[in-house]
Amino acid sequence: MLAWLEVVGRGAVFLVRVLGGLPGAAFRGRELLRQIGRVGAQSMVLILVSGAFVGMVLGLQGYNMLVRFGAEESLGLAVALALVRELGPVVSALLYAGRAGSALAAEIGLMKTTEQLAAMGMMAVDPLRRVIAPRFLAGVLSVPLLAAMFSAVGVLGGQFVGVGLLGVDDGAFWSQMQAGVDFRDDVANGIVKSVVFGVVVTWISLFQGHDAVPTSEGVSRATTRSVVWSSLAVFGLDFVLTSLMFND
Amino acid sequence: MTRDRKIEAAVGLFVAAGLAALLMLAVRVGNLTLQSDAGSYQVTARFENIGGLKVRAPVSMSGIRIGQVVALGFDPETYEAIATLEIEGGYDRVPTDSSASIFTAGLLGEQYISISPGVDTEFLTPGDEIGLTQSAVILERLIGQFLFDKASAGDGD
Repeated sequence: MLAWLEVVGRGAVFLVRVLGGLPGAAFRGRELLRQIGRVGAQSMVLILVSGAFVGMVLGLQGYNMLVRFGAEESLGLAVALALVRELGPVVSALLYAGRAGSALAAEIGLMKTTEQLAAMGMMAVDPLRRVIAPRFLAGVLSVPLLAAMFSAVGVLGGQFVGVGLLGVDDGAFWSQMQAGVDFRDDVANGIVKSVVFGVVVTWISLFQGHDAVPTSEGVSRATTRSVVWSSLAVFGLDFVLTSLMFND
Repeated sequence: MTRDRKIEAAVGLFVAAGLAALLMLAVRVGNLTLQSDAGSYQVTARFENIGGLKVRAPVSMSGIRIGQVVALGFDPETYEAIATLEIEGGYDRVPTDSSASIFTAGLLGEQYISISPGVDTEFLTPGDEIGLTQSAVILERLIGQFLFDKASAGDGD
């Protein structure tokens, strides 16, 4: 119990120190660019393909449900709301945790094990500012963009199944969606969610790497833990954020 | 150097795709109207009962969307509901004797305001009120009336 509290305390201090390093990271353009390329651009194909399939499944399932009530015209609305409010932010954060968060934890953990972080400290270079802050900023910037791509491609996937294969009217598909989806209530709240998820998942992954026991087993455990805790945090926070945002 | 340029191109593509997706969500999915339509104007209409009409519900004429409901209010003197409609600038030739009705799109669909054009040669200007209105059809009331009529018809026999 005490050990667990210690981890929470170290994690909080870690976050504060990383946040302090953010202004510097924003000016270190080349490093930031490289990290966005790693965590963001390289996750893009995974996000786009997953988004398309999730949208297509929503189209199929939603159609089967709605056609019973003769309301299959609302398919576009159902698909868009499900994606923009929930599935886009949540699923893209989970994929990001698996694809990029685990890599970050392993990388930082290995840096610690091979004493690269300690060597930097010896040279009076703060590894939190130099190594971790740019990765953190890159993750926080990338996740909302990934979530937006996921939702947008998902809507197109839903349209492909609903309009292209099942014969829902194209005009009704889009007009019901536009009438029912509000920019501020639905789209903007979804973006806020994905920003929060980006902060939390990147923080947990980097911290697990930084806090790893400096052995090969320790790095492997840190990688596993980064994915487990990130996923749990995403689901837990999603419940809290949803009840705050959509309770009217 | 070439490796750096490759990364730059990949990040550029990533950011561009992300922003394009955001734009699509805003405009195509969320129907965000940018505040560029300076010519739009507001008119009001009084209804006895607006049923389930909501703010942002469409206002249409001959089935074409020409604006939306921007506010719903209540007149404590007459007990009527006042709907404020914002009509896009392109549709500034709505005759003053037009009538506004609240319809439902489909049996379970959303409610919207339909404007049937009148014959007057003068057109609505900002702040005008549409005089002729028809309230929302409330399904429960119709069913109740139908059952009542049936019952009283049965008594007469």
